[in-house]
Amino acid sequence: MADAPLRTTVLHDDHVSLGARMVPFAGFDMPVQYAGVLAEARAVRTAAGIFDVSHMGRFGVDGPDARALLDWVHTGDIGEAMPMGRARYGLLCNESGGIIDDAIVYRFDDERFMIVANAANAGKVFAWLERWRAERFPNAALTDRTAEIAMIALQGPDGTRIASEVAGFDPDAVRPFNVVETQVMGAPALIARTGYTGEDGVEIMPASETASALWRALMDAGAAPCGLGARDALRLEAALLLHGSDMDETVNPIEAGLTRFVRLERDFCGADAVRAAAENGTARVLAGFRTAERGPAPRAHHRILVEGSDVGEVTSGSYSPYLDTNIGLGYLPREASEPGTPISVDVRGRQIPAQIVALPFYKRSR
Amino acid sequence: MPVPEDRRYSKEHEWALPEPDGLVLIGITDFAQHELGDVVYVDLPQPGDRVTQNAQMGEVESVKAVSELFSPISGEVTAVNDEVKNAPELLNESPHEKGWLIRVKPDDPAELDSLLDAAAYTALTE
Repeated sequence: MADAPLRTTVLHDDHVSLGARMVPFAGFDMPVQYAGVLAEARAVRTAAGIFDVSHMGRFGVDGPDARALLDWVHTGDIGEAMPMGRARYGLLCNESGGIIDDAIVYRFDDERFMIVANAANAGKVFAWLERWRAERFPNAALTDRTAEIAMIALQGPDGTRIASEVAGFDPDAVRPFNVVETQVMGAPALIARTGYTGEDGVEIMPASETASALWRALMDAGAAPCGLGARDALRLEAALLLHGSDMDETVNPIEAGLTRFVRLERDFCGADAVRAAAENGTARVLAGFRTAERGPAPRAHHRILVEGSDVGEVTSGSYSPYLDTNIGLGYLPREASEPGTPISVDVRGRQIPAQIVALPFYKRSR
Repeated sequence: MPVPEDRRYSKEHEWALPEPDGLVLIGITDFAQHELGDVVYVDLPQPGDRVTQNAQMGEVESVKAVSELFSPISGEVTAVNDEVKNAPELLNESPHEKGWLIRVKPDDPAELDSLLDAAAYTALTE
């Protein structure tokens, strides 16, 4: 079967002309690095960096049934009481409680919402929303806005200041996990105080035709252009899970350690299964580990051993620029998941000693 | 960074620099370090180990991926660059000099002639 041609974001020409190294990711030709993963990660932890995340799926959900539809598919509480201008992280579960995707829902007013899905799952999420719209929530309208709106994550301790300078953002008015409808570069835009790096910052969703000018203006204001390599290292340090690696439809939110993003008392798709997992406990749970020394890095699918017995698999693993050692995540039997437990990881035949640690690996000082 | 004229190159992007005493210094090229990205770990043979031309002699790992290192010549390892093991970023900063990997006593110095010269290596990477 021939590979489908790669899609591009509206910023593709900017990445290429600025010298980024491009790789295929979730069907898109995306920048994996600009100056280098370590320099970019450092920029985000100490100043500010920008990431093109326009490949993610952006779907408008509008109309009298919009809120109820989102409330049904999302584990966060998209209830009547969800304030306007709020962004809420949560999971989309199938009927068995398996995680279809993780997604943020943004509320603009009574009947206008947006949901942002992972690029790799965008088609699946849209189809899932459409299925429930057709079955139970006919007075909701779904609009794929992925092409008309771009998305730039501006992250780091200088992120909100740069957003103020370049995009008129008011960090005192828009607190973390809030969103504002505004104008950027003379066109309508959304600015959400969210991200995927463990740093403060914003995700700007400008009209596509202004995205290139905004990217350049953010660079001129001091934000370092960054690629997917740094994004992955930073999100792992912050123990932010990656769907498709750290969770998928074979695990439920309880096993994935995401109970705090589930309103268990509510009725949502998969709620019975998720409630049962919460009440009965799960045999395995996602845990984090770090290696004693730098050494070869544990990577996804390497085996985890406790006292020589194979007990699980690494789901994400990488060198951590912040800790200057290797870190990773994996599903372990609950009894082997306590911080302090010594484990080893089989890295190409070598047993690399490591220890279970509390998550996240990195937490910014406030 | 220009490709130095004083050494030979393998198609696997290692270089081999003959030294006046007959030993050969081995490293990876600037092209290779650029392709790898930030190197965070290097696994090398020990002094006394044997390496074989075109066979794996170690591995080099960047933030994103691991790559095998292949020896450009056969011989016995006489020295290992401990500095690069402790500070793998030397491979990115100075691949042709401070980032050398191992020193080898070659079995057959004529093996160097089977490698590419600077012009041929430059052509390979263009």
